[in-house]
Amino acid sequence: MRGADAIVKCLEEEQVTTVFGYPGVAICPFYNSILKSDIQRVLIRTEQNAAHAASGMARITNRPGVCAVTSGPGATNVITGVATAHADSIPMIIITGQVNSELIGRDVFQEADITGAVESFVKYSYLVKNVEDIPRIFKEAFHIANTGRKGPVLIDVPIDVQNAEIKKFSYPKEVNLRTYKPTVKGNVPQIRRVAMALETSAKPIICAGGGVLTADAGKELREFAEKYNIPVVSTMMGISAMPTEHPLYFGMVGNNGKPYANKAMNESDVLLMIGARVADRAVSQPGLITQNKTLVHIDVDPAEIGKNAGASIPLVGDVKSILQDFMGMPFGGSHRRWLEQLSFYRKTMEPKRTPNPAYVDPAAFIGMLSEKMAEDAVYVADVGQNQIWSCTYHIVKKGRFMTTGGMGTMGYSIPAAIGAKLAAPDRQVIAVCGDGSFQMSMMELATMCQHHVPVKIIVLKNQVLGMVREYQHYTYSDNYSMIDLAGSPDLSKLSAAYDIPFLRLENMDGCEETLDRFLEKDESMILECLIDPMDLVVV
Amino acid sequence: MKRIYSVLVENRSGVLSKVAGLFARRSYNIDSLAVGETDDATVSCMTIVSSGDQRTLEQIEKQLNKKLDVIKVKTFEESASLSRELMLIKVKYNLGNRRELIDICQMMKAEIVDMSKSQMIIQLCDTPDRIQVLIAMLRTVSIVEVARTGTLALAKCVDAE
Repeated sequence: MRGADAIVKCLEEEQVTTVFGYPGVAICPFYNSILKSDIQRVLIRTEQNAAHAASGMARITNRPGVCAVTSGPGATNVITGVATAHADSIPMIIITGQVNSELIGRDVFQEADITGAVESFVKYSYLVKNVEDIPRIFKEAFHIANTGRKGPVLIDVPIDVQNAEIKKFSYPKEVNLRTYKPTVKGNVPQIRRVAMALETSAKPIICAGGGVLTADAGKELREFAEKYNIPVVSTMMGISAMPTEHPLYFGMVGNNGKPYANKAMNESDVLLMIGARVADRAVSQPGLITQNKTLVHIDVDPAEIGKNAGASIPLVGDVKSILQDFMGMPFGGSHRRWLEQLSFYRKTMEPKRTPNPAYVDPAAFIGMLSEKMAEDAVYVADVGQNQIWSCTYHIVKKGRFMTTGGMGTMGYSIPAAIGAKLAAPDRQVIAVCGDGSFQMSMMELATMCQHHVPVKIIVLKNQVLGMVREYQHYTYSDNYSMIDLAGSPDLSKLSAAYDIPFLRLENMDGCEETLDRFLEKDESMILECLIDPMDLVVV
Repeated sequence: MKRIYSVLVENRSGVLSKVAGLFARRSYNIDSLAVGETDDATVSCMTIVSSGDQRTLEQIEKQLNKKLDVIKVKTFEESASLSRELMLIKVKYNLGNRRELIDICQMMKAEIVDMSKSQMIIQLCDTPDRIQVLIAMLRTVSIVEVARTGTLALAKCVDAE
């Protein structure tokens, strides 16, 4: 058995079903060995998207997504995808081929110091120097990626190590790392302090972050909120931790969030931040959330607590385990007046849009899409105005909402939707992007066709880079620079080139019928919606 | 505020760059850094002196602990620890100031470890403060070059109750 066979065996031991990647000489031994395995191989069209696809799969399966690329440019191309997974705390294993061990450091063809280059974008990385280390390293890597604060782990394997004979393959049962023991159970005295704070609280609130979803604790969050009548807001990464129309849910916070969600958070007397980083887009003034209130910060990563806002009660541990512990607490109270007040804010503070009837109104369109799509559908939002509209107007029922709220990488939605659809073939998966973000990933239409991945794509086309246009509108008094997307392809012709059915919606007339046709069958389709280039997310 | 971090790390290649990279990426100061193997050959000890506000100093400890190659982080204020630094300093001398240099060395408990007809190397192993004092004293003569190790520190001895 060679090193490359051992790697495939490790992936099988970890029940990996799919590897996204792109070959080159330095990873060829691996792609030769994997031929003998049942693991599905998906040839993505550029390496960055291999990582995004692995991210989409990981978010549905709650297990590390896997991608494998070659050395040098293959490895450097994957970095943006890895950094995206790191910022969004998505578990991932990245295997990179490397030049022959003997040649490392001599700047030979397609050599890149990838472990050095990704250092600040990975949870950990390995350069495999001895073929006998492969089982231990893979066991550790999967453990590290999917425990504690989840994230990407990169394994760089020189071609000679992939080709070397391994004497004995035995996959370790357990991991023993003296430097890595993430806290799972919350500290009992701290949990009691939280209970005491909640007991005397008249206006408690929960702010749910992406950590609730990566900990697979959506159910626990709902049960906790319902049992103790605590209202919930969320960050962008926390959307779909609660169904949008749940009576206790009051929307997304932040500078692009719902005004009543921000007001609710500011007026609360006890704020439970759960699996949220208190980053600038969600909380632009961290000082405000510590004033006149008790801030309880719950996170599996101790370094997140106190980084951006000083917590009155820090609580380190796995969100799911802590929420389960909370269920046994004695405190009660209906918080009726507080909830009435928040419902009043929700009714009166919804910003009014004045849509241009000559175009598709993204708000009404996304609302109608939410009504018509399957209840458990996966909605992948890209980055830009389309993302904010999706966050604001998509109504999550039992489905999943995914976007890159941490890194904000344009072009995320299509590859991530491919990963999600492969992970959940029975669910409807819809990628919603703009005409800018679409063009960053449109090469993946080929991947969809080649591997028969029936992802549905909606392109909100406004012929400009809308988010930047909006920023230049407000910040540079309409002095526009670098935002015109003239030269973009005719999407009907592009769809025909890939033999993907195409629909166009020019305004809200016939929106319902168009959506019915778009969603009717489990097949790939591209729906282009014409959006007013002057439309704004902040009104 | 100054703080000393005594960081036990896996003795592997690349670990120093990861720790130094962490400081660079998050714009933390490194006032000094000293690395060496411990009594356990698989473990190295990095002694890092950093400065910043209270929150930064706390974040440094948390971020160091988050690194997977870090086994243990101990931090101490200067008062609770014993710290030493080693300096070699080469100066030019002449017959006119030779006596004065010998006097300074005696007063500072520094040692002359090498000399020629015009240069000498003085060695001092002492606290970072006193190292600074010697440098200041020798500024009056001509300093050729200086090499310092960076601070090493251990928590002061205590007896178990």
